[in-house]
Amino acid sequence: MLRRPFFWIIALVIAAFAGLPAIGNDVELRESLVLACVYITLASNLNLMLGYAGYINFGSIVFFGLGGYICVWLIYSHDWPLVWSLLAAGAGVSGLALVFGLGILRLRGAFFALSTIGIVEGVQAFAENFTPWGGSSGIYISPQVFLPLGGSARALWVIYFALVATMGASLYLSYFVKTSKFGLGLLAIGQNEDAAAILGVPTPRYKALAYSASAFLPAIAGGLYFFKSAFIQPSDAFDLTLSTEAIVICMLGGQGTVTGVALGAFLYEQLRGYLLTSSTFANFQLTIAGVLLLLIVLFFPAGLMGFIYSRVPAAKKVLE
Amino acid sequence: MKRLCLLAAAATLFAAPAFAEDNITVGFTDSLTGPLNVDSLGQQRGYEFWRDEVNAAGGIKVGGKSYQVKFVSYDDQSVGGRVQQLYTRLINQDKADFLFSPYSSGLTAPAAVISEQYGKIMLDSGGAEEKPFELGNKYLFMVITSASHYLSGAVEALKAKDPHAKIAMVYSDDPFSKAVLAAAKQQAIAAGLQVVMDESYAPSTTDFGPVVNKIISSNADAFMGGGHYSDGATLARQMHDQKAGMKWISILVAPADDKFGELGPSALGVTVPSQWELQVNYKPQFGPTTAEFAKAFQDKFHAKADYHAASGYTSGVVLQHAIEQAGSIDTEKVTAALNATDITTFFGHVKFMTDPGHHGLQDAHKMVLAQWQNADGKLGRQVVWPLEAKSAEIIYPISASQ
Amino acid sequence: MGRRICCRPRPLNLMLGILASIIDGVLVGLVYGLAAMGLTLIWGVMDVINLTHGTMVVAGMMGLYLLVNALGISPYLTLPPVLIGGFFVGVALYWIAIHRMVGRPPLMSLLSTFSVNLILIGIGTAVWGTALFNVEVSLPGFSLGRYTFPGAHILAAVLAAVIAAALYFFLHYTRIGKALRAVANNREAAELVGIPTTRLLAIAVGTGVALAGVAGVLIGTLFPFTILSGDGYQLKGFIVTVLGGFGNPVGALLGGIALGVLEGAVTPFVPVSWTLVIEFALFVLVLIAFPNGIFASRRGAL
Repeated sequence: MLRRPFFWIIALVIAAFAGLPAIGNDVELRESLVLACVYITLASNLNLMLGYAGYINFGSIVFFGLGGYICVWLIYSHDWPLVWSLLAAGAGVSGLALVFGLGILRLRGAFFALSTIGIVEGVQAFAENFTPWGGSSGIYISPQVFLPLGGSARALWVIYFALVATMGASLYLSYFVKTSKFGLGLLAIGQNEDAAAILGVPTPRYKALAYSASAFLPAIAGGLYFFKSAFIQPSDAFDLTLSTEAIVICMLGGQGTVTGVALGAFLYEQLRGYLLTSSTFANFQLTIAGVLLLLIVLFFPAGLMGFIYSRVPAAKKVLE
Repeated sequence: MKRLCLLAAAATLFAAPAFAEDNITVGFTDSLTGPLNVDSLGQQRGYEFWRDEVNAAGGIKVGGKSYQVKFVSYDDQSVGGRVQQLYTRLINQDKADFLFSPYSSGLTAPAAVISEQYGKIMLDSGGAEEKPFELGNKYLFMVITSASHYLSGAVEALKAKDPHAKIAMVYSDDPFSKAVLAAAKQQAIAAGLQVVMDESYAPSTTDFGPVVNKIISSNADAFMGGGHYSDGATLARQMHDQKAGMKWISILVAPADDKFGELGPSALGVTVPSQWELQVNYKPQFGPTTAEFAKAFQDKFHAKADYHAASGYTSGVVLQHAIEQAGSIDTEKVTAALNATDITTFFGHVKFMTDPGHHGLQDAHKMVLAQWQNADGKLGRQVVWPLEAKSAEIIYPISASQ
Repeated sequence: MGRRICCRPRPLNLMLGILASIIDGVLVGLVYGLAAMGLTLIWGVMDVINLTHGTMVVAGMMGLYLLVNALGISPYLTLPPVLIGGFFVGVALYWIAIHRMVGRPPLMSLLSTFSVNLILIGIGTAVWGTALFNVEVSLPGFSLGRYTFPGAHILAAVLAAVIAAALYFFLHYTRIGKALRAVANNREAAELVGIPTTRLLAIAVGTGVALAGVAGVLIGTLFPFTILSGDGYQLKGFIVTVLGGFGNPVGALLGGIALGVLEGAVTPFVPVSWTLVIEFALFVLVLIAFPNGIFASRRGAL
């Protein structure tokens, strides 16, 4: 494994993310990279279901939001330290995903996609009614919680590095799964589920495992993100737009590829950030995003990686 | 000769800053897109109107120097996550000296986290919820009346008309509306009125038919609630269409907009708590009077000023006053000046609480209650409460006029 | 209009209230069903989930508003122009975003229609912002005790049923309709028999969008709306489609009624804010229990 160049490429990316803002104490760069980390984490984990197994999960945001809620609530109501809250969030959400998954993974194609939408909307509606979680007002954390981490300014850096680590773990997870027997099974399911089952792939178990695994890291990312924001409310935590953007990113970069998804997430975030802050485009950023996406879907369905592979076939040997 | 030229060039380099204009940068986000777009526009126009007037009058005078006001703003798309990213950018990249709030409580709370994290003053004219102010802040200042006082005027007015009224409270499940109605319920019960229904609905609800039937079943004769925009309008319309027979209706936010009049007969008699109306007549210690503000705003934007615009403008006025009192743009000095502020502008009396548990909450400004009435055949808002500020009598019961 | 504070003993009052809510639910549900019919038609014929559906409903609402304000005609007279306009918009949508996606995995058409939706909403909000629009419709209604059923609700429900019946007639008794059903059933076979499938797919999308538009007109006569109101109706459209069976327009109508009745029946008993949670929980449960919809006939049939 250590001999494969791609392993080191991922390591390089992680080092760049961690190092670049730290060197110049560049807070602005760090903030924009925070979002890039979140997008890459969400998209890479989504890829396990979407790119490998071919199941469109519109509701991947629910892992992020629930992870955020569990982590923030444990810190706020029960004074748990950050690390344990994060782990509890990750484990809790993965467990819930396994339970939900057993139910909805019996559905195919569009039905599965719809059920994931239903889950997000249902969970959001639940959070808005659930008083221990602040209902629709959400939970506000007092700045005191940053003291154990060395105060606000230092805490933001610690959280950032933790996010980079989570992103790195997502990339490695994506990579290892793809090159493992488990991943092979998932890809077979993605091609033709019935044939895979006949050939001996334990499809229900693999699907449930993939779904549950794809929940763990986004939950932790959610915990970190909302802890950093010191504030969580249902409309932010369960924003369907973020799920949809994760899907778009997978498509943009090339579904089923590790590099593509990471690259796609990074580029997408930069593009959106630019469109958002540019005075010329601010009014039309939705329209432009739509046009771009349409062009890609119509003419470059294999995404960025598909385009790169068709031009530079040798790249296939190095990148995943 | 060459050395002389070089020397002259160097001299101008050093001399140049003395002639450069100094700027005060104010940063904020507004909701150019997304569901909050319409109300956010009013607030944004208020901000810009203030900036243009101040700059035209020569800028803010600080200890002998004049500073022009410069804005940097972004579209937050009505999304909380973007707000934090953008305010961090405003502070770190755009080097904003002071901040204004976004529009709505849901967006002001995340913004406040950032402004406190980096120690920047933020003036809030768009978010009335009190929770962000109860976490121990130093640099937040709310210019408008806070959520728990929104309906106190309505409760008083209703009690004056019918001390035995039965109120149905139905409101949107969002932080602002819930805070307003929770406080209103306490005030109503304390005033001896009965609250026969108290429920919230999902903000995305479109059909209130079953809800209105539930209100009818509860035997209520007064209604208080609503949320932000389309839900308030739909509630008013459906209560009218289904002949709910309410003698009193108070709805949040939606009826404060002129477009509410498009509802026609459904709008008649609906009351709305407002931060400010065109008929309000405070005597300002400085700055324009209501009439002057309204006219200048109308001339510039070809639109009537609403309370979002007035409160946005007042944020600017209050900030300007504090800077001038402090004689500096240093954050700590301006904070001290803001804490000591006690002024009256066309918007009303402005004074901030300074105890750590409630720092920055508005202590002096009061809401007025406006009611949609027919005047000379046209539907428009009149101020009906408090009695000292009124421009028309309250219509009660509403059903009598329909 | 004086009203006595209480005129009936409580239990009967409550029963009447529940009955009123259920009836109201049926009325509104018929309109929800109509709103879902366009979605389910396109889905059934070509396995494409049209994510512009909600926005097309809003387009119908805007059509209603603009025509009524510009020409001063009765709201119900805007139905024919919106129907025809919607048809052409749908055909255009087919050629722009769907044609190349037919036969490809459903994810592609999801994304292509999603991107067109982004474009439409982007333009819509740039032009009209998120201002509230309202069309005042006042018709004599029908009262049951203290509960009133506004005339507009009744008329909208009746019209929805009429349009649904017309669609059924179209699909089962006209040549084009039968050809559409053939294409839905088995596209390759239909092509082999000489049916011009591409043209029919375009017609299907045109019809689907036209249905969304007229649903928008009817909804516009009942509730105020903004450019962003479409999302809610699209979500309801999904729920109705799941309840009623994919590709089954009559099922959609029944599914809509079921949804409306659910909303009406639940509200008197449960705090209003839990309605959505219950709706979605039920939605997911139904999907798991009936993967092809409660009223589904054979998969792929209309």
